[in-house]
Amino acid sequence: MRIINRKPSRVTATALGLLPFVATVAAYAVASHYRRLDNPADKLLPSLQSMGEAFWRMAAVPDRRSGDLLLWLDTFDSLWRLGTGMTISTLLALLIGISIGFIPHIRSALAPYLATFSLIPPITILPILFIVFGLGEMAKIALIVIGTAPVMIRYTAQAVLDIPKEMIIKAETLGASVWQMVTRLVLPQVLPRLISCLRLSLVPAWIFLISAEAIASTSGLGYRIFLVRRYLAMDVILPYVVWITLLAFLLDRALLLLSRRAFRWHHLGGDAL
Amino acid sequence: MLKSIAKASLLAAALALPLSFTSAQAEEKKDFKVCWSIYVGWMPWGYLQDSGIMKKWADKYSIDVEIVQINDYVESINQYTAGEYDGCSMTNMDGLSIPAGGGVDTTALIVGDYSNGNDGIILKDKTELADIKGQNVNLVELSVSHYLLARALDTVDLSEKDLTVVNTSDADMIAAYATPDVTSVVTWNPLLSEIEAQPNATKVFDSSGIPGEIIDIMMVNTETLADNPDFGKALVGAWYELMAVMSSDSDEGIAARTAMAEASGTDLAGYDAQLATTKMFYTPAEAVAFTKSAELPETMKFVAEFLFDKGILGEGAPSPEFVGVAFADGSTYGDANNVKLRFDPAFMQMAADGSL
Repeated sequence: MRIINRKPSRVTATALGLLPFVATVAAYAVASHYRRLDNPADKLLPSLQSMGEAFWRMAAVPDRRSGDLLLWLDTFDSLWRLGTGMTISTLLALLIGISIGFIPHIRSALAPYLATFSLIPPITILPILFIVFGLGEMAKIALIVIGTAPVMIRYTAQAVLDIPKEMIIKAETLGASVWQMVTRLVLPQVLPRLISCLRLSLVPAWIFLISAEAIASTSGLGYRIFLVRRYLAMDVILPYVVWITLLAFLLDRALLLLSRRAFRWHHLGGDAL
Repeated sequence: MLKSIAKASLLAAALALPLSFTSAQAEEKKDFKVCWSIYVGWMPWGYLQDSGIMKKWADKYSIDVEIVQINDYVESINQYTAGEYDGCSMTNMDGLSIPAGGGVDTTALIVGDYSNGNDGIILKDKTELADIKGQNVNLVELSVSHYLLARALDTVDLSEKDLTVVNTSDADMIAAYATPDVTSVVTWNPLLSEIEAQPNATKVFDSSGIPGEIIDIMMVNTETLADNPDFGKALVGAWYELMAVMSSDSDEGIAARTAMAEASGTDLAGYDAQLATTKMFYTPAEAVAFTKSAELPETMKFVAEFLFDKGILGEGAPSPEFVGVAFADGSTYGDANNVKLRFDPAFMQMAADGSL
């Protein structure tokens, strides 16, 4: 049988899927072991055990100075910033994206501007953001919004344009008003695609969140990583990276689940994302 | 399945090799690498490399020393701690917290200078240090700025609980000061003088209030130094040859300072202004006297307590005395069985005696 036709069994598939993860952890453990033979207090590649202890300390032992459980405080603050930023971006994408996609005059007025604006690397306008929004929460949320909203708006507008012309003509023939077409025709077609777009945009959103927290902050996952980097506390940084990855993964899966539940028709053809 | 396990462990070993052996080859080497980052007291390192003075001294001891500039200060220390470099310029505080705290036995080879006004606290629209109470203070957390703030607050009977520290990247400090929310900053030169020049800014405290506590040092790996004393001799010899030139107002001295000024992005006047707030030890005798002084153990005690209080000595550290520090007279602060930072004026003494 040709290799392209041989399908792994369920067990083999799971084992194959786990293999790269196990290999990474094993490679790490070996490297860490050899470095610690040389210097038992090595900070670069701490043992899995000391990372576990550090994670437990961050998650369950109140901080000596403030009495907070740092991991949860950081997670809550970061997710709040990320959530607020992405909510604003999503609302902007819906409002402006549908307007651009559905109303030709608005399209002519805004599409070229947004196409240009979305190409500005957001980090380069940070000093401007500071002056306009200050150094507090506003600036961090603004960075996430500026980084993600323009692309999401363009994507939504394209999703509206991708609706088959026949469907719009049919709705018009049946006497639908513009508002009715938006709520009954455009939204059901566009919302599931907006959720896909939101899932993809979460990747840059995390990057912007962590950069924003690195610049001026008193809490947050990115803040903690950049703070403890000052004394090379890899035993805190590595578990935080894993934690961030896990949070991002869970967010992504939750959105996929939501999309599958709410817009079943969109997922009939299977998902590659 | 067995095969794949064997393969995986082979791969793991292959990946681990370069990481595990970087610091294990300390003995019998001829090539050495030290790193530095931009700071007024460390600009001579770049000049040593460019001017060929370093090469001259390395040749004298038949070794090879490369001096590498690293753009990010913390990254340079991390690289040294990871074993990529044999020496690195850093402050006494970061030397204790990063390499020594990380188990890398480190020796203070050249005590170059201490900050005598190079680090300071600036308030916007306020003129007294006590006014800092209740404010948000922007600084690079856990840096010498943070230490300076803690020491300054002691002088007015305040503590960190009376204010909020906002961790702010040094790269963004000047832009941050321009925003209305930022009312106080702690930072170092040249950022300090830049911010102080703004009309609403008042410097309420600076490191001349705690002289000799923020010390800039060339730290080297103790094991490497013990195995290769020539490495230490070459570095010290080159350094003090340049110090003699640099401190003079001869054409040669001015040329050296001008080159260092340009390398740090300013001009001769700007660089001289920064030198004025830096107590350079231009002669080895001065540096030896400072290293032997009774104040140094006192300072390191303050620093260790500060680091412990901030949880930087590692959570396994039961007390500020977890990491031992050895001084010139053989005394130690902290755990004598875990000495990881050593102030050893032996090489500077050789330079003072002219025996290099």
